[in-house]
Amino acid sequence: MTPTGDELTGRTAAGLAAMVRRGDVSAVEVTEAHLQRIAALDGDVRSFLCVGEAEARAAAAGVDAARARGEALGPLAGVPLAVKDMFCTKDLPTTCASRILEGWRPPYDSTVVARLRAAGAIVIGKTNLDEFAMGSSTENSGFFPTANPWDLGRVPGGSSGGSAAAVAARFAPLALGTDTGGSIRQPAALCGVVGLRPTYGRVSRYGIVAYASSLDQAGPFATTVADTALLLEAMWGHDPCDSTSIPSAPEPVLASLEDGVAGLRIGIVEELADVDGIQPEVRAAVESARGLFEKAGAEVDTVSVPSVEYGLSAYYVIAPAEASSNLARYDGVRYGLRAPAAEVAAMNAATREAGFGAEVKRRIMLGTYALSAGYYDAYYGQAQRVRTLIIRDFARAYRDFDLLVSPTSPTTAFGLGEKTADPLTMYLSDVCTVPTSLAGATALSLPCGLAPEDGLPVGIQLMGKALDEVTVLRAARALEQELALPAPLPEIRVPA
Amino acid sequence: MSNPLTRADVEHVARLARLALSEAEIEQFTTQLGAILEHAARVAALDTADVPPTSHPIPLANVLRADERVPCLDRDVVLDMAPAAEDGRFRVPRILGEEA
Repeated sequence: MTPTGDELTGRTAAGLAAMVRRGDVSAVEVTEAHLQRIAALDGDVRSFLCVGEAEARAAAAGVDAARARGEALGPLAGVPLAVKDMFCTKDLPTTCASRILEGWRPPYDSTVVARLRAAGAIVIGKTNLDEFAMGSSTENSGFFPTANPWDLGRVPGGSSGGSAAAVAARFAPLALGTDTGGSIRQPAALCGVVGLRPTYGRVSRYGIVAYASSLDQAGPFATTVADTALLLEAMWGHDPCDSTSIPSAPEPVLASLEDGVAGLRIGIVEELADVDGIQPEVRAAVESARGLFEKAGAEVDTVSVPSVEYGLSAYYVIAPAEASSNLARYDGVRYGLRAPAAEVAAMNAATREAGFGAEVKRRIMLGTYALSAGYYDAYYGQAQRVRTLIIRDFARAYRDFDLLVSPTSPTTAFGLGEKTADPLTMYLSDVCTVPTSLAGATALSLPCGLAPEDGLPVGIQLMGKALDEVTVLRAARALEQELALPAPLPEIRVPA
Repeated sequence: MSNPLTRADVEHVARLARLALSEAEIEQFTTQLGAILEHAARVAALDTADVPPTSHPIPLANVLRADERVPCLDRDVVLDMAPAAEDGRFRVPRILGEEA
């Protein structure tokens, strides 16, 4: 019997790929089921900037035709994939949720998207984000905000809020995000899905629009740890087109996923577990994770990583400084918007004023100031030295521990509009995720249930050494098993 | 602590960044950027005299490819994306003070 649409949208990526491979269902049927769910519910969630219906149907038909010809299918054959609109896609517009790139069609696919297409994934659409990935709520989108599927009056987090919301709402079992200061992990936590930031250099940045180049890293969203590992293995690895790509082959993660945590030394980072403004339910989730890890055979203790307290201050100098340089390319000359003016400098300035939103302008201004003559060493130079201190502190902690744990976000999802008036308050949402970004290391956010008070998802962050995705994913899988939560599926309701 | 930024600073930085900010934005950014810089100044007090800066988290040096010609994007494909092009080049408004 052919499964119905709702049965298909509730399944994991691994499950769907197996069904397509066996011929239990066609890739076209899987794609249709997800397109129908998007059509029925995304009007309220608004996770997609663009749904590529025709393109997705054609790609799915291609998978079915390949199977009919007896060709070997890729590991993601027929699995719908939602792509953050920071990744270049040849067949769909790429806007970074910015008016300055409205309608732009890139001439090539990013390496990650090309690899995933080759693995059989069906790109179902491009998801909303904070403009150029600058923000923690997706409210800075130049087009519209995205709602949290668990409560449409709240934010999905950001900047990859559209991807996190799309996976939470089961519009696609898999999604791509980018994480500069926490833009995969924080929305994953707020939407109750799994999100992984790989080690800097593990995933190619070629064809991903640049925000802060020494921090930007792409990674997977999924509903389970196994699906996260599956997507990661299909997207990472060396790319000669990215000079910061790590040449050595990554160690496979799926093979050791079920190895458990017996004997693993796990440290709870004091400074992040008791960070200012932490919601009691979030603190309680970290405590319960401690008990579950111990039950599974790990040794758990607290650890101090003092310099993480300076992470936010350093991050909000380094990232805007790099952004001010990267975003200089939007000048009305080669692509995107051009505002009319009689001479070129006025045209550049008018184009940028008209095309960029408030947060992007704020960060360009901040970064330009921090890099300007007389201030460079006091701000940018000092922030880079603090980055070294954070790397050293983590290295010290990893002498005694294999894995570090903290909340992903100090709070559950906040209300739409609650933090937009004061940029600094919004920046504080990133306090727990920024340290790993500065260290260039890897970390994952795992859903660990709903907060009893507000019924919203809570995420826990598992941080690993650079290049040690194996331990992070293995521990996440062990905790997922101990938690034994029902598949978290929000009931999408329009608020009364 | 007083605002480390003046309105003149903001106007100067906006010129450097090629942003034609509105009056309202200049006012708002003077206050907001001042507050963010005060937060950033928390790290200024740390003693980092003998700490080297980190510009890149993973040490990789001299990443080179073989010096061989490989195909790149077609010129017409690139120019098709531009707001204005002419004779195989990007077209822009007047650059210097000369008459058009």
